[in-house]
Amino acid sequence: MKNIEFRTATSAQGGLVVMGGVPGVAAGSRVQLRDHAGRIRSGLVIRASDDAVLVEVFEGTDELDLERTWVRFLDEPFKLPLSRDIMGRVFNGSGLPRDGRPPIISADRRDINGEPLNPAARAYPREFIQTGISAIDGMNSLTRGQKLPIFSGGGLPHNRVAAQIVRQAKLLGEEAAEFVVVFAAFGASHADARFFQESFEESGVLNKVVMFLNLADEPVIERLLTPRAALTAAEYLAFDLDHHVLVVMTDMTAYAEALREVAVLRGDVPARKGYPGYLYSDLAELYERAGRIKNRRGSITMIPVLSMPSDDITHPIPDLTGYITEGQIVLGRELANQGVYPPVTVLPSLSRLMKDGVGKNFTREDHPHVASQLFASYAKALEVRGLAAIIGAEELSDADRRTLQFADAFERRFIGQGEDEDRSVHETLNLAWDLLSMLPPESLIRVSEDELAKYHKGTA
Amino acid sequence: MGKILEINGPLVKLELPQTVIGEQVRVGRLGLVGEVIGRDGDTALAQLYEDTAGLRPGEVAEGLGWPLSVELGPGLLGAIFDGVQRPLQAVWEQSGDRIARGVAVPALPRDTRWHFVPDPARQAGSALIGGDVLGSVQETASIRHRILTPPLLKGELLELAPEGDYTVEEAIGRVKLADGRIEKLQLFHRWPVRTPRPFRQRDHAVAPLITGQRILDTFYPLLKGGKAAIPGPFGAGKTMLQQQIARWCNAEIVIYVGCGERGNELTDVLESMPLLTDPHTGRPLMERTLLVANTSNMPVVAREASIYVGITIAEYFRDQGYDVVMVADSTSRWAEALREVAGRLGQMPVEEGYPAYLGSRLAAFYERAGRVETCAGDHGSVTLIGAVSPPGGDFSEPVTSHTKEIIQTFWALSKELADARHYPAVDWLESFSGYVGSAAKWWAQHVDPNWERDRAEALDLLAASEELQRIVNLVGVEALSSEQRWTLEAAGLIKEGLLQQAATDEVDSFASPEKQYALLAALLEIYRHGQKLVKLGAPARRLIQMPLLAQARRWKSQHSSDDLAALQAKIAAIPDAFEPLLQEYALAPSTTREATP
Ligand SMILES: Nc1ncnc2c1ncn2[C@@H]1O[C@H](COP(=O)(O)OP(=O)(O)OP(=O)(O)O)[C@@H](O)[C@H]1O
Ligand SMILES: [Mg+2]
Repeated sequence: MKNIEFRTATSAQGGLVVMGGVPGVAAGSRVQLRDHAGRIRSGLVIRASDDAVLVEVFEGTDELDLERTWVRFLDEPFKLPLSRDIMGRVFNGSGLPRDGRPPIISADRRDINGEPLNPAARAYPREFIQTGISAIDGMNSLTRGQKLPIFSGGGLPHNRVAAQIVRQAKLLGEEAAEFVVVFAAFGASHADARFFQESFEESGVLNKVVMFLNLADEPVIERLLTPRAALTAAEYLAFDLDHHVLVVMTDMTAYAEALREVAVLRGDVPARKGYPGYLYSDLAELYERAGRIKNRRGSITMIPVLSMPSDDITHPIPDLTGYITEGQIVLGRELANQGVYPPVTVLPSLSRLMKDGVGKNFTREDHPHVASQLFASYAKALEVRGLAAIIGAEELSDADRRTLQFADAFERRFIGQGEDEDRSVHETLNLAWDLLSMLPPESLIRVSEDELAKYHKGTA
Repeated sequence: MGKILEINGPLVKLELPQTVIGEQVRVGRLGLVGEVIGRDGDTALAQLYEDTAGLRPGEVAEGLGWPLSVELGPGLLGAIFDGVQRPLQAVWEQSGDRIARGVAVPALPRDTRWHFVPDPARQAGSALIGGDVLGSVQETASIRHRILTPPLLKGELLELAPEGDYTVEEAIGRVKLADGRIEKLQLFHRWPVRTPRPFRQRDHAVAPLITGQRILDTFYPLLKGGKAAIPGPFGAGKTMLQQQIARWCNAEIVIYVGCGERGNELTDVLESMPLLTDPHTGRPLMERTLLVANTSNMPVVAREASIYVGITIAEYFRDQGYDVVMVADSTSRWAEALREVAGRLGQMPVEEGYPAYLGSRLAAFYERAGRVETCAGDHGSVTLIGAVSPPGGDFSEPVTSHTKEIIQTFWALSKELADARHYPAVDWLESFSGYVGSAAKWWAQHVDPNWERDRAEALDLLAASEELQRIVNLVGVEALSSEQRWTLEAAGLIKEGLLQQAATDEVDSFASPEKQYALLAALLEIYRHGQKLVKLGAPARRLIQMPLLAQARRWKSQHSSDDLAALQAKIAAIPDAFEPLLQEYALAPSTTREATP
C-alpha cells in the first residue's frame, strides 16, 4: 500500500481532499500528496471507508489539480525518530531538521499522539522546584512534574519570565540545574524564537535543549503537530533516558486557533466562540503528558505560555487551559505599566500542587501559612486601595494607611525583582516576613502564634 | 460476524445485521470495544471506548450480545477502574505505564478466594427473589459485602454452598427458575449500567450527610440520599471539596468518579486514602472507597460511560443496605462527551452545541440518587454530588442551569473568595439547600435545639454585612454607625473563624457536628455581647480592639473535634472578656441614678 500512488481524488476543498476507490485505508494514517509541480504535501486520513477516504492536507488544497495529484497512503500515523542525538537540535513542527544538519536516523520511531498514561502508574509530584522568583516560589510554587502555564497578553514579558524560569529552575539543595529543556514554538514570531535561542545560548544550556519550531509564517496545520512532536521527544528524554525535562510551549493561543481553523474546515459543531467542543479534550491530550511515573527516574514539568485574547481570562483558551493545568501564573498589565517585573498578578494566580510540595519537609515549616497570609493581607490591602481611590487617602485610618504601605512594598519588593535576580526560597520567605512585619500581628491570623513569635519583627 | 464500513473519529459504521441499540461490539484486529448507538437496516453505528486510529474498513466486527455492564461482587473496594470498569491497577501490571488498546482484563480478580458465610435463613427449597441476601464476605475490616441474588431472578433455591473460600466464578448455589431451568449462583453478577437497579420503594431522606465541613453541614446541609451540585470556575475548589467529602463524610461507601479531569488528582486520592483514617470507624479510608477514573486524556466515549459505571456500583452497595456517597468530578465533562458524540451523529444542537436531550439525561442520572427500601427490605441510600465546570465561570450556561433545577443542594463556589484564598470558597449568598428543615430535626435531636435559630442568625448577619460592605465601598467605614460597624466586624469573625476551613489544616480539616455547633454558638455569643454593649453606647472601635476577636479566629485550628473540653472552657470565659466594658457602660448614669436615689 505504502508504495502505490493513487490518482483518484474526486474533490478538493478547503484543505480537505476526498479520494475515491482506495479500500482498506487505516484511520489516522499519514498521507503524502504529490502535486502537478512535483511538490510534496502531507496529510492525515480523518475518515475512512471503502468508497471514500477523507484526507486533511496540511499545506492546504490551493492549486491542486485533481487530475494531476498523486497520493500515497503511508499506512502509519505521524512518527518521530528518536535517539540521544536529538539533544541540541532544532526541528520543524513535523520533526524534520531545520538546523541544516542531517536528519535523525533511528529505528525507534514513535507515534507523536502518544498513549494515555494509566492513572495507576502516575506518581504524585511533590518535589519543590526553586525558580528564584518570589511571586512563584513564595506563593505559587512549582513542583517537578507539574503543568503550570503562564497566562499573559500581547506586549507583556512572558517570554522573559519563561526564560528566567528555565535559567534558574533547580531542586532545593541542587547546585546547578539538572534539567534538560524541550522548547516548542508554534505561531511564534522569528523574534520570539531568536530571543529564546539566544537566552539558551547565553546560559550555556544550548546543548541540553531540543527545539521544535513552527513560526508565524509557516503552515498553520503543522501547529497541531508541533507540540505533539515536542512532547514525544520529552517523553523519550524523561522516561527512557531518565532526564528531568522542562517543556516550554508557546503560544497555546496560536495552537487553539489552528485547531479552530481545521474544525471549521471539517464542519465540526462549534461550542464557544467558534472553537470546537473537543478543544478541552484536545488540550488535555497535550497537557496531561506532563507528570511523573512510578519506578521511573525522569519527569516532565510543563510551562505552556498563552496570550489571553483581549486580556480576558474567561476566553475559551485560558479558561479550558485553567480547567486542565495544575494552576496558572497570571501576568498583568497594571503591574507591568508600573514597571514591576515580573508583573505576576498573584490573586488569580494559583499553584494547585503547592500544598503538597512546600512546608516542613520540603522548604520551611512556615511556608504554607506565610503564603496564605500574603494572599489574605494583599487581598485586603487591595480593597483598601480601592476605597482610598474613592474617599481619598487622607480619610483613611492609620491602620488602613499601613495596609496601603504594605501593598506598595509588597508589589515593589516582593513581586518585583531583577531579571537576573535568583532568590533562594529562604530569602523569599524572609522577605515575606519583613513585609508582613509592617502589619500588626493580631491581624495576621493565617500564621500560627508560634510563627509570629519567631518571625514577626514587631513582636520580638 | 460483521465488518467495518467506515471510521470517523470514535464512531464506526458497521455491517452488523440483527444487532440492537446498546449492544456491546468488538471491532477490528485489535478487538476494540464499543457500543451500538444507531441502526439502519443491516448497518449499525457504534461508538468505541478506545482510540480508533489504525482501524481499516473491511476489518471484522462482532456483536457481543449484551449491553455495557459492570461486574458486581467482592473485589470492588479499594480498586481503581477506568470508564468501562477495567481494573487499572491490573491493567498497569499487565500492559505497562500507558494504557494499550484492546486490553481485556476482567474487572474483578478471578483468582482471589473470598471467605463466604451463607445466610442461615436461606435453606434449600425456599423461594428466592432478586435482591435477597445469600450470605456475606468480609471484604475489608470495615465492610461486610452482602452477596445478593441478581435482581430480576426468581425461583427456588436448590442448594447453597457451605461456609468456605470461593473465587467469584465458582458456584455458591443453584436456583430452579419458574421455567424449570437451573441457574448457577456466584459471588458476583453483572448489571447493565444504563438501567437503574430495582428497589422496593423510595424512602424519605432523614439524616444529614455529615461532611465535617462547616459551610456545608451547618449552613447548606445535604441529606443521605440527596442530590447536590458544586459549580465553580477553574481553581475555585470543586475537587478539593469533593475530596474532603470523600475523606470525611459519614457514608459507609464512597465512590469517587474522576470524569474527564486530571490524572494527578486520582493519584492523590490513591496515595492519600490508605494513610488516612475514617473518623467514624477508625479504619483506613481506602477500605470503604473505590475509584472510577476516566481522565481528560482518555477516550471521550468511555468518559460518557464512566458516571453510569459509578452510579451502578453505588446502587449495588445501596442494595446491600449501605449509605453510599458518589462524587462525580466533573459532570460538565460528561455533558461535553455527550455533545461530542451528538455532534458527530449530526444531531441538531440547541444551546452551545449541546443536544436537546442534555436536560433529560442529567435529570435521569441524578434521579438514581435517593434513599430506598431495598428488595431485601433493608434501607440504603445513594447520595450524589456532582461538580459542574461552567465555561468562564458563567452559571447561566446549559449544564449549570439544568443541574440547578434538578438538585436540592447547591454549593456555589466563587472566584472572588478563591482568589482571596477563602476556602472552601462556597458563596454563602448564592448557595442553597432544600433540606434545612429535615436537617434541623436531626441537629435539634443530636446536637443542640437552637441549631436552626443560630444558623439563621448567622446567615442574616452575613447578608446584612454584605449590604453594609456596599456602603463602605462607596463612602468609607466612617459613615457607619457603631452598631453597623459591629455587624461588619462580627460577620468578619464568622467568615474567618467559622466558614473558612482549610483542607490542609490537620486540626480543622474535619469538624464534628459538636465542634461545628460549639464554634457557631461561641461566635454568635461574642456578637450578641457586643451588640448589647453597642446599644449601651460603647463605640464599636473599643470592641474591635478586644484581643478576644483575634483569639476566637484561631479557635478552630487550636482544638480538634476530640478536644472540645478545652474549647468549651474558652467559650465559657467569653463573658469575662466583656466584663470590663460592661462595667464601664452598664453603669451608665441613667440606670444607676435610679437605683441609688
Ligand atoms: N478547602 C480547601 N482548603 C484548602 N485549599 C483549598 C481548598 N479548596 C481549594 N483549595 C486550593 O485551591 C486549589 C484549587 O482547588 P481545586 O483543584 O479543587 O479546584 P477546582 O474547582 O476543582 O478546579 P478545576 O475546575 O480546574 O478542576 C487547590 O489546589 C488548593 O490549593
Ligand atoms: Mg477540579
